[in-house]
Amino acid sequence: MLVGYGKTFTTTKYKLDIALRMGELLTTKPLLQVQKLKQHFPVTAGLLRRQVGTIKAIDGIDFDLMTQQNLGLVGESGCGKTTLARTILRLYQPTEGKIIFEGIDMTHLKSSRLRSLRTRMQMIFQDPQDSLNPRMTVGSIIAEPLDEHTSLKGKERSGRVEELLDAVGLNPRFSNRYPHEFSGGQRQRIGIARALSLNPKFIICDEPIAALDVSIQAQVVNLLEDLQEKLALTYLFISHDLGMIRHISKRVAVMYLGKIVEVGPANELYTNAQHPYTKALLSAVPLHDPGREAKRERIILSGDVPSPANPPTGCPFRTRCPAVEPKCAISVPKMKAIGQEHRVACHCVM
Amino acid sequence: MTKPSASLSKQSLLDSDGTRLELEHRSMWTDVWRQFRKHKGALAGVFVFVFISVAVFVGPIIHGVDPNAIDFTARNLGPVWSHPLGTDNIGHDTLAQMLAGGQVSLAVGLSAAFIALLLGTLIGVLAGFFKALDGPLMRFTDLFLALPILPLLLVTILLFRDSLRATFGPETGIFLLIVSIIGVTSWMHTARVVRGDVLSIKEREFVTAAHSIGTRRHRIVFRHILPNVLSPIMVSATLGIANAIITESALSFLGLGFPPDFPTWGRLLYDGTNFIQITPSRVIWPGLFIALTVLSVNYIGDGLRDALDPRLRGR
Repeated sequence: MLVGYGKTFTTTKYKLDIALRMGELLTTKPLLQVQKLKQHFPVTAGLLRRQVGTIKAIDGIDFDLMTQQNLGLVGESGCGKTTLARTILRLYQPTEGKIIFEGIDMTHLKSSRLRSLRTRMQMIFQDPQDSLNPRMTVGSIIAEPLDEHTSLKGKERSGRVEELLDAVGLNPRFSNRYPHEFSGGQRQRIGIARALSLNPKFIICDEPIAALDVSIQAQVVNLLEDLQEKLALTYLFISHDLGMIRHISKRVAVMYLGKIVEVGPANELYTNAQHPYTKALLSAVPLHDPGREAKRERIILSGDVPSPANPPTGCPFRTRCPAVEPKCAISVPKMKAIGQEHRVACHCVM
Repeated sequence: MTKPSASLSKQSLLDSDGTRLELEHRSMWTDVWRQFRKHKGALAGVFVFVFISVAVFVGPIIHGVDPNAIDFTARNLGPVWSHPLGTDNIGHDTLAQMLAGGQVSLAVGLSAAFIALLLGTLIGVLAGFFKALDGPLMRFTDLFLALPILPLLLVTILLFRDSLRATFGPETGIFLLIVSIIGVTSWMHTARVVRGDVLSIKEREFVTAAHSIGTRRHRIVFRHILPNVLSPIMVSATLGIANAIITESALSFLGLGFPPDFPTWGRLLYDGTNFIQITPSRVIWPGLFIALTVLSVNYIGDGLRDALDPRLRGR
C-alpha cells in the first residue's frame, strides 16, 4: 500500500495520491487476486433448520486484476455475478479460497482492518432507485463515506461533496435535494459520486447501466471512463450487455453457473471465442450493419441454467451444450491456455 | 444533463425547461413544518390536543372546585352555572373531575405509550437486524402475547404496590406502577410490525451500500433503518396512547389502579355507566374526551409521518 488514506484531505495530497498511483502502474503486481474462491450458501429445511443442501453460487473462481486493466464479467442472470462482487467486497464471508487486495489477504481480515480497507474499494449498484436512502439528502448520501472514515467537517465536507457532484456532472447546488427528485441517470451519478468520495482505487460496477435508458447508458459509461482516466481507477465491470463490456474492459471473463468458463483480452475473446457458451452469448449480440444482421447466425441454447443447488456432474454447461460429448459428464474441464492470456475451460477445445 | 459552468449566477438559475431552480439552503425542519401545515387534519389535531392539554392543566385554576368535594344537596344535577357539566350521584362536580382526571389520563397515556414504543422498537429492530436474535426475541414476544394479562397485572400490583407507595408516595407510586405495567404489556404489536419492516429494509441496496462503505452497524440502524420504519412506529405509537388510556381505566375499574378518590377519564367512564339512564352526561363527557384525544393524536401522527417522508413532501 503506497498511500494510506489519512484523516485529513487536501488537494495537494490528492494530487500526490494520483501521482503515486501512476507510479504504481509500472509495477506488475496485480491489484486484486481472486484464488479458488467459493461461496456456498446452506439450504436449511424443517423445524430444526437442518442443512439439506448447498447452493454453490460461486464455485472456484480464479482471476487477477491488474491496475487500470478493467475486467468485464458477463453471464446470464443467476450465474453468480453479483454474488461474486459482494464476496470480493467481503459483504459475504467466502466459503473457501482467497481474496488478495493490494497484496493483503483480506479473506479472513478482522472487521476493523477490513473497514479501513473498504475506503480503497467501492461498489456502484445496479438499481439507482434502491441504492440511495430515500430519507437522506444527496449531500448526506455522498458524505456518508466521509463521515465514516474522515474527520472532515462543515465547509471542508460540503466543499468535497460539491467537488464530487461536479465531477460526476451534477449541479453542486443539488446537494440539499432528495434522491426521488432526480432521474435514473442522475441517481446513478449520485451513486458514482458516493463511490468516489474516498478516492478508492478499485470500483466494482454491478450492472451499473442495466436499469438505465440506452441513451443514458452511454453517458454513464463515458463518465466512468473519464473518471478512470482522471483518477486512475480500476473497474470490475459486471454486465450482461456484451457491447458495453467490450467497450469498457481490457479483459473479459464469461461466467456460467458459478464458474468462469472463458477469459481473455476483450478483442481476442470477441473475435475468437472458443467455449460454446461464449459463442452462444456472442451470437445473440445484434450487429450494426443491417445486411450482416440479416445473415447473423444465432446459436439458441435450449433449457434453463441448472440449479446451483444441484449442478450437473462434470462440465456445468453440458446439459445445454450443442457440442456435448460423453466425456463432458465425467470430469470437470480444467482451464486451458490457448493463447496470450486467453484461457478456456472446455473438454472439446484442444 | 448540463455541466455546471463557472458563470453560474448566484441568485437564480433557469432549468432547461424554464423553471427556476431552488438554490437557497432549505433546512429539513422548515420543509417538514411546511408540509405539516398542508395537512389540515394534522393541524386540527394539534389544535384539539393543545386545547385539551391546556384545559386540563390550566382549567382547574379557573374552575376552582375541589374534584373530591361532596355536596349531597346537589346530586345528579344537569348543567347549571355552578356545575357547568353537572354533578354525579354523590355530588362531585363533573367538570372538576374531568379536568383532574384528564391530567392523569393524558400523563398515563403518553408515558405508557412512550415506554411501549421504545420497547417495541428496540426489540423489533434487534430481532429484524440481527438474525441470531430473531428467533429468541420473537418467541419472547409471542410469550408476552400469550400471557394472560389480567392475572399478571393482579400479581404485579399486589407485589409492588406497597413498596412503591412507600418509596414515592401513594399517587406517584401507583402512577409509576401503572405506566410501567401498561408499557411493558403493550409493546408486542409494535415489535412485530417493526421487525417485519426492518427485515425488508435491511435487504434494500442502500443498506448493502452502507455495509460496503464500512458504516458501523449501529450507524446503519440509526441512519438507514430507523428513519425508514418511522411510519409503522408512528401509527402504533398513536394507537398506543388510546390503548393505554383505556387499559388504565380498566385497571382502575378493577380496583387495581388509582384509589377511588382519584379521578381519571377511564374511571369516570366506568363509574358513570351505572347511571347512564339518570345522568348520561357522566358517560358522554369522558368518552368524548378520550375519543377526541385519541383522534387528535392519530391525526398528528398521520401528518408527521407524511411530513417526515421526503417523497411526499412538496406535493
